[in-house]
Amino acid sequence: MVSNDQIWTALSTVMDPEIPVLSVVDLGIITDISVTNNTASIKMTPTFSGCPAIRLMEKQVHDAVMTLGFSEVMVETNFDVQWNTNRISAKGKEIIKNFGLAPPPEHHGNVDMDSLAHTACPHCNSVNTTMKSPFGPTLCRSLHYCFDCLQAFEAFKPVS
Amino acid sequence: MQDNTHTALQNLILQIADNELIMGHRNSEWTGIGPIIEEDIAFASIAQDQVGQAWNLFQLLEKEFGMADPDQVAFTRNEKDFKSSHFVEMPIGEYDFSLVRHYFFDTAQLLRFEGLSQSSFDPLAKLARKFHGEIKYHVFHAQTWMKQLAEGNEVSKARMQTAIHEAFAAALGMFESVPDEQLLIDQHIFEGEESLKNKWMQLVGSQLITWGYELPSNVAPVLGGGKGYHTEYLQPLLDEMGEVFRLDPSAEW
Repeated sequence: MVSNDQIWTALSTVMDPEIPVLSVVDLGIITDISVTNNTASIKMTPTFSGCPAIRLMEKQVHDAVMTLGFSEVMVETNFDVQWNTNRISAKGKEIIKNFGLAPPPEHHGNVDMDSLAHTACPHCNSVNTTMKSPFGPTLCRSLHYCFDCLQAFEAFKPVS
Repeated sequence: MQDNTHTALQNLILQIADNELIMGHRNSEWTGIGPIIEEDIAFASIAQDQVGQAWNLFQLLEKEFGMADPDQVAFTRNEKDFKSSHFVEMPIGEYDFSLVRHYFFDTAQLLRFEGLSQSSFDPLAKLARKFHGEIKYHVFHAQTWMKQLAEGNEVSKARMQTAIHEAFAAALGMFESVPDEQLLIDQHIFEGEESLKNKWMQLVGSQLITWGYELPSNVAPVLGGGKGYHTEYLQPLLDEMGEVFRLDPSAEW
C-alpha cells in the first residue's frame, strides 16, 4: 500500500516549468490527493487561468505518481480550491527568493496594490523600491527597481 | 434549472467568453509593437489572461451545457454565432485608444466578476472569483496610465480625451442583455447588465473627473454584437485567429 507521504514525495519532484527549482507542492497548486484500491486521484488548480503550463504539469504529475506502481492515476484540474499566493510554502518562498525573485507577502484575502509599491528587494532587502510594471516575463511576476542597490528586480506578485 | 433559464445562462456565459476572447486577441496585437517594452509585455500578459479566461468559460460550456470543445467553439463558429460587442472588435488603433478601451473594458470586467463571484450558479461563481484576482492587476495597470497621461502634457491629455469620446458609445455596448435575462436576475445567477452599467458609469465617471478628463454625456450605446450583428472588423479577425487551427482541425497539439 502506497502511503500519502510517498505520493507527496513523488509530487515534490515535479517542478514549475517557469521556476524550475520550485515544486508543484511548494507552489501550492496540489489541492487534494486520495487513493482508492489501486487508483490515485490528484486534484490541482492553476496559478492563473491563462497558465500555459497546466497541461504539461498535469502530465508530469501523472507520470511522477505512476512510478509508485498504481494501475491508474487520475489528475483533474479544477477551481474547487482556489490557488492564491498564501498557498506557497515557507520553503517555497525561500526558493523563490534564492531564485532572485521577491517572494509574495502574506495577505488576508485582499491584495492591496499600494503595498506592491515598496516590495522588498531580493538582493539587498531594502524597501526603498518602486514598481515599474505589474506585468513581467510571466503572468505571476511584476517588475521593480531598487533605489538602494540600483538593481532592477522581479517579484512573484501576490494574488488573492 | 428550467430550459429557458438554462438557455439564458448559456448565452450569458458565451457572450462573456466571446468578449474575453476577442478582446484578448486584439490586445495580443500589441505584442512586439508596444510603445515601450513594458507596455508590450503588459498587453501581451493581459491578452494571455483574457484568452485563458475565455478558455475556462468555454470549458464550462462544454462540461455543463454540452457544447463542443473550446477549440472548436473558438475557431470554427461563423461570425453570426459570435456574441462579442462591437467595442472589442474594433482595431487597436493608436495606443491612446487601446489604453482607454483597456481601462473601460477591464473596469467593467472587474465589476462583472465581482458580482458573478456571488452567483447562485456555483461553477460560474468559482471562475469569477479566480478571474477577479487577475483583473485587479489589469485595472491597476490601466488606471496608472490613465492618470499619468492626464498629468503628462497638453498633447497626452488631449489625445486621451479624444480617445475617451471615440470609445464611449461602443463601450456602453458592453452591457447588452441576453434574452430572458430577467430569469437570471430572479434566480440570483446574475445581477443584470443594467445594474452593471450603472455601477460602471458611477466608477468610471468619478475616476475620469478626478484625473481631470471630461465625461461624455448623452451617449447612446452601440448594441447588436450580442445578437450576432457585427462590425466589418470581426470577420478578418476570425479568419486570422482560426487560420492555423483550420489547416488541420484534427491535429493533436
